[in-house]
Amino acid sequence: MSEGQGIGASVARKEDKRFITGLGRYTDDMKVPGMMHAAFVRSPHAHAKVNGVDKSAALEMDGVIDVLIGPELKADGIGDLICGWAVSSKDGSPMNMGAWSPLATDTVRHVGNPVAIVVAETRDIALDAAERVMVDYDPLPAVTDAVDALSDGAPQLHPEAANNLIFDWEIGEEQATDDALAGAAHVVEVDIRNNRLSPNPMEPRAALGHYNKAEDHYTVWTTSQNPHVARLVMSAFYNVAPENKLRVIAPDVGGGFGAKIYIYPEEIVCLWASKRTGVPVKWVATRTEAFMTDAHGRDHTSTAKIGFDADHKIVGLKVETVANLGAYMSLFSSATPTYLYATLLSGQYNIPNIHANVKTVYTNTVPVDAYRGAGRPEATYLVERTMTQAARQLGVDPAELRRKNFIREFPHQTPVIMNYDTGDFEASLDAATEAIDYKNFESRRQESRNRGKLRGIGMSCYIEACGIAPSAAVGSLGAGVGLWESAEVRVNAAGTIEVLTGSHSHGQGHETTFAQLVHERLGLPLDQVNIVHGDTDVVQMGMGTYGSRSGAVGMSAIVKALDKVEAKAKKIAAHLLEADEGDIEIENGELKVAGTDKTLPWFQMALGAYTAHNLPDGLEPGLKETAFYDPTNFTFPAGCYICEVEIDPETGKTEILRFVAADDFGNIINPMIVEGQVHGGLTQGIGQALLEGVHYDADSGQLITASYMDYCMPRADNVPMFEVSHQTTPCPGNPLGIKGCGEAGAIGSPPAVINAITDAIGTEAVTMPATPMKVWQAIRGAAMAQAAE
Amino acid sequence: MHQTQYHRANSVEEAVNMAQGASDPRYLSGGMTLLPTMKQRLAAPSDLIDLRHIDAMQGVSEEGDMIVIGGATSHNDIATNDIIQSKAPGLAYQASHIGDPMVRHMGTIGGSVANNDPAACYPSAMIALNAVIRTNNREVAAEDFFTGLFDTVLDEGEIVTGVAFKAPEQSGYGKFPNPASRYAMAGVFVARTADGVRVAVTGAGDDGVFRATALEEALNDDFSASALDGKTIDSTGLMGDIHASPEYRAALIVAMAKRAVVLANGGDPDTKAATPAGTAAV
Amino acid sequence: MSEVTLVVNGRKVKRVVEDRTLLVHFLRDELDLTGTHVGCDTAQCGTCVVQMDGKAVKSCSILAAQADGSEVVTIEAADSGYDDLHPMQKAFKEYHGLQCGFCTPGMIMAGIDMVRRYGPGNLDEATVRQNLEGNICRCTGYHNIVKAILAASDEMAKSDTQLNEAAE
Repeated sequence: MSEGQGIGASVARKEDKRFITGLGRYTDDMKVPGMMHAAFVRSPHAHAKVNGVDKSAALEMDGVIDVLIGPELKADGIGDLICGWAVSSKDGSPMNMGAWSPLATDTVRHVGNPVAIVVAETRDIALDAAERVMVDYDPLPAVTDAVDALSDGAPQLHPEAANNLIFDWEIGEEQATDDALAGAAHVVEVDIRNNRLSPNPMEPRAALGHYNKAEDHYTVWTTSQNPHVARLVMSAFYNVAPENKLRVIAPDVGGGFGAKIYIYPEEIVCLWASKRTGVPVKWVATRTEAFMTDAHGRDHTSTAKIGFDADHKIVGLKVETVANLGAYMSLFSSATPTYLYATLLSGQYNIPNIHANVKTVYTNTVPVDAYRGAGRPEATYLVERTMTQAARQLGVDPAELRRKNFIREFPHQTPVIMNYDTGDFEASLDAATEAIDYKNFESRRQESRNRGKLRGIGMSCYIEACGIAPSAAVGSLGAGVGLWESAEVRVNAAGTIEVLTGSHSHGQGHETTFAQLVHERLGLPLDQVNIVHGDTDVVQMGMGTYGSRSGAVGMSAIVKALDKVEAKAKKIAAHLLEADEGDIEIENGELKVAGTDKTLPWFQMALGAYTAHNLPDGLEPGLKETAFYDPTNFTFPAGCYICEVEIDPETGKTEILRFVAADDFGNIINPMIVEGQVHGGLTQGIGQALLEGVHYDADSGQLITASYMDYCMPRADNVPMFEVSHQTTPCPGNPLGIKGCGEAGAIGSPPAVINAITDAIGTEAVTMPATPMKVWQAIRGAAMAQAAE
Repeated sequence: MHQTQYHRANSVEEAVNMAQGASDPRYLSGGMTLLPTMKQRLAAPSDLIDLRHIDAMQGVSEEGDMIVIGGATSHNDIATNDIIQSKAPGLAYQASHIGDPMVRHMGTIGGSVANNDPAACYPSAMIALNAVIRTNNREVAAEDFFTGLFDTVLDEGEIVTGVAFKAPEQSGYGKFPNPASRYAMAGVFVARTADGVRVAVTGAGDDGVFRATALEEALNDDFSASALDGKTIDSTGLMGDIHASPEYRAALIVAMAKRAVVLANGGDPDTKAATPAGTAAV
Repeated sequence: MSEVTLVVNGRKVKRVVEDRTLLVHFLRDELDLTGTHVGCDTAQCGTCVVQMDGKAVKSCSILAAQADGSEVVTIEAADSGYDDLHPMQKAFKEYHGLQCGFCTPGMIMAGIDMVRRYGPGNLDEATVRQNLEGNICRCTGYHNIVKAILAASDEMAKSDTQLNEAAE
């Protein structure tokens, strides 16, 4: 570590000042001359035929520029939205993807499905006019639950998908797993429900589309985690414009959590509408629109069967999952409940036989896709609830059952594709049990009991696959894109540096951590290093930020580019210092000849590169290098979370007394930022466990939780101060040894919370979110059952 | 929101006159419920008549043995007022638990009472304190004032100018908030008055605020939380939604009544609520 | 339409706006003070918090016309009277009390108001958490926001003491 600013230092963030002074610039803050405002006309029905749209009353209003509808969009050749990852059924048949027009043409399939766009002089006029657009609907029966949607006689959403089944996929060896379970000494069966969530980044999605007629060129400012992917998809699949005619800018983005990966109808329609109307068109979602349109997460219904031998070693795990994908297939919706889920069902354990069957299903709900963790929280919840329930049924300590089954030798090939490269699961379990004083829990339980309260403890040992992903591997599994990352390091003539990265920062602090890497390598102060991202006209092609990939993949690309910059810098310095290239070292902003006192300041070398008056023979002027890094494997962050709760039996209210997180993220660039990621992830996971749940009315398909009046966001008084520690096994797969930390908290925490609650109340009959009412009902149900015995 | 016309009234008479000239007027007090409702386009009054600047509707005063709170007094001003804190601490506590600090700076008691949201806090205090609701042309006993969900005896154009009540001997409030909205899912105000104990419940009733007479009887005999042990509330007529079933609300009413009594007796309900022995269900 | 005259961040401004214009849109659209944000429709998220006549309010649920004649301070002027930043702003940076930054202006304005109401140095963790009921953050898990507000409160108490000592 050099001067406390390099790798491993908790440096305060470079980007903070603009945010704390109100000078952050988000999409809704952008203004373009002539800009008009859009409102969408959305379906009030969960499922309906659209017979026609009468725009006339809206068009008559003062200040209304135009009203545009689906058939017009189709006539202009705008394509349907697609899922970019092809997953086939176990019988080899391709997935049954239904059509998704950015504006509905003949059918709406969820409440909030856009039907028309109104462009007007002000936001209020657009909203007034949207109310006057008359859509003639024939309501159809709706289904919102995935298991119901598979049943006979259920309403059918897409002609392409008989019985609403998108695909029926499997992984692992079924016969071997069945045999193992048949021969097991103990088999434990568990029903698992993983609740549907709405990601809720605090900044609602927005888009400002601007068509420049003179240049025949489009610009869109949008709330995206991956502006280049947005441009690629809008060009290649949606026919908005060719890539060289489309600039996507994702300025400051107020959180993403997965919801801002995807390309949604609204940004496509704003761009198209800008061309149609001749004015720049801005749309900003209301929070209710966010609930009705941002891709939801989770929503799995599963059963798990786990077998143990007489010594309590796991012999097999069999899983059946029905995954609700909503009304349309979102961009990565097929991968989330398959390759990001079932490949993690081995957890931290040596399981010789695993088989999983996943059915994905259309329903009359908002499309479901990756939300912080994406498949891995669902896998972890299933495995860790199953392990704890198994321990209780076997009468052994949940920590000991886990310890007995940990994988201890690496690399470890699981039966479900993943090859774990490194880890030390016991180290995290030891750290967490020590931190929370696990062994003396029973005395604390008694102390609570004396006060009339119920105390419980629960743990979760999670593993996830991050740093997505090796391009060839995901290509072989059906991905439509590669998952490498790019970097360009530009050394300016005076020696200052710009790093252009395809990783997008929307809270992760890249402007600081990426600069720390440059400082570590070159010794330049952080304020001489700028990180540039988020604009397809400025930054070379990149793949964006999700799946905890910006450190492991994005920074590895910067390392490669820095390697090239250093190599050329050394050539120049060696020439100017009349030394051997191999003897040049870079330290503290200087190039030195090893073993001598000869030095060249970094800026003089840079100036030399650009004056080009005295360069080695054949060397090009300038100093700017680009690199693309494609990982060779996933990375595998892992850890142990332990939660202690106290429940008031009168009200069912759960208070989290302590939450201990022991994580192995590999090497860490900035511990302060990493811990912040853990805190935020834990709170989202606690939100899933205790508070959050998207709720549809089963009969009407109406979205009940369409605002913060009914969707319960975690607030400051729902969570405790977190106790976070790190156990480090460096990742062997990338140059910095990074595993990634962005999703762990959300992945590992829900089962820890529910294991603690079920420990406290003595019954497993609680589903997420474990609201006060549900916990109270479970306590009462258990008491009545006991009384009946 | 839809178009509307804003008017600022400087006196009650002026406000009434402004309303008379409008096609579909609404009085705007703090606006903490009305404006979000208008933003969601669920209400579209033609005219908004702002009452917040009417001096005569501001503040807390004493008239003989009555405590009088002006209708335009904010929740924050009630929560921090010396008279309320010393003579009706349950009401100060209640006001300090409405909304959030920002909402408490704007929201007013008159607006809340006139709106009679079934999950609003004040209606419970008004009934438990046996308060009188003062309007620009009459005084109505709280028990007669609240008539149903979002419904009161107010006539068109009538303004809640204030509320008045005798200081209770003891008072307390227990609120179990809806986890999402933080409105009362069961809010119980307990007042020990010269005429006996009065217990009023908000957030739970199908028809809005109501008196829990069974709890009153128990507390008249013994004004302690343990007097409510084993008491139950009939869930018939209680609200049910995704957050709370009628049965659960019934249980919460008893639990919150206990907290209110603990507070009224000078205890700290937030830590002592579950102390009473014998309440554990398992 | 209504004529609205306000003092915003120390500067008198006058605009004629539709009566339905919310204070937050007045600040953002008319005055280009885009540090005040909109994150929900129901007055719950707190990204829109500003000071009106010295008290924190939610500018998404106040008409500009209602604020006529008031003095409004937004995040852009939170540091006025300080050499560099307000201690609350400094503490948010020092304690990593922000990630994406969207809730941050509202959090800082709510934090400043909290210290005003309770007095510098008089906050504890439970009080801060309870008083953040009207401010939602999706990134930080509140851990570092709570730490930042407590630290700023203590720092303000310290500088008050120093000021008093200097005055004596």
